[in-house]
Amino acid sequence: MFTGASQFALVGVVGAGGSVWTGAVAAVLLGSRNALYGLRLASLLNVAGVRRVAAAQFVIDETTAMAIAREDPDQSRFAFWATGATLFILWNLGTLTGALAAHAIPNPKVFGLDAAPPAAFLALLAPRLRAREPLAIAIAAAAAAIVLLPFVPAGVPLLLIALLVTLFGVMRRR
Amino acid sequence: MIWAGVLVASVACYGLKLAGLSLPQSWLQDPRIQRTVPLIPVALLAALVAIQTFSTGQHLVLDVRAASLAVAIIAVVLRAPFLVVVIAGAATAALLRLL
Repeated sequence: MFTGASQFALVGVVGAGGSVWTGAVAAVLLGSRNALYGLRLASLLNVAGVRRVAAAQFVIDETTAMAIAREDPDQSRFAFWATGATLFILWNLGTLTGALAAHAIPNPKVFGLDAAPPAAFLALLAPRLRAREPLAIAIAAAAAAIVLLPFVPAGVPLLLIALLVTLFGVMRRR
Repeated sequence: MIWAGVLVASVACYGLKLAGLSLPQSWLQDPRIQRTVPLIPVALLAALVAIQTFSTGQHLVLDVRAASLAVAIIAVVLRAPFLVVVIAGAATAALLRLL
């Protein structure tokens, strides 16, 4: 799984005692935006066959941002592959380090590691809040999560909130 | 069981990316899809922030993580880079627990 927010979400749900399948659905919902990125990148990258199969794994926030920021198509393609390959290697090395080092840390709370994931989610969220509507949706979603949390199994608030925001997006006229 | 969930989610996440590159452009250009899909990560990330700050398991909790979140919010308002935000949040909780 090479799409950070989804990875964090799955770990978060399982860590809170939720079902791995609830976490898996939340992860896939968070990954849905990558399909739109792929759509945006398809004409830019112009890849087919094996190259498309490889390119697909690199379709994430960062590579899309780097690729569409370039005027020249050759530079766009270079930005996409360079960003993708660099992040892919470093990200997975980071994940491996975390998986191996976790056993060496007796109490993660001492280092504030339980406060790191919300800060990470916030940092991923912040660039998406530059307009008023997403900010309102973020606040509503956070409030809804708090309200739902005590009444449903861990992770389920995420699924209900995804359903609500999808209904909102589809029903709204504009 | 956990690994089965991880594997299925990984394959599905990859499938979404490949679908984006492969499907006819018109499929995903419906304005409702274009409008709605970007809202999903906004809502889910905000919900994750709230849940991971104010709960332990299924119980609502108010502890040092709330202060961590406040510091992290200040950091993102100041447009601090990703790692700085994460470290600021973790360091706040660690320091407050030392006191």
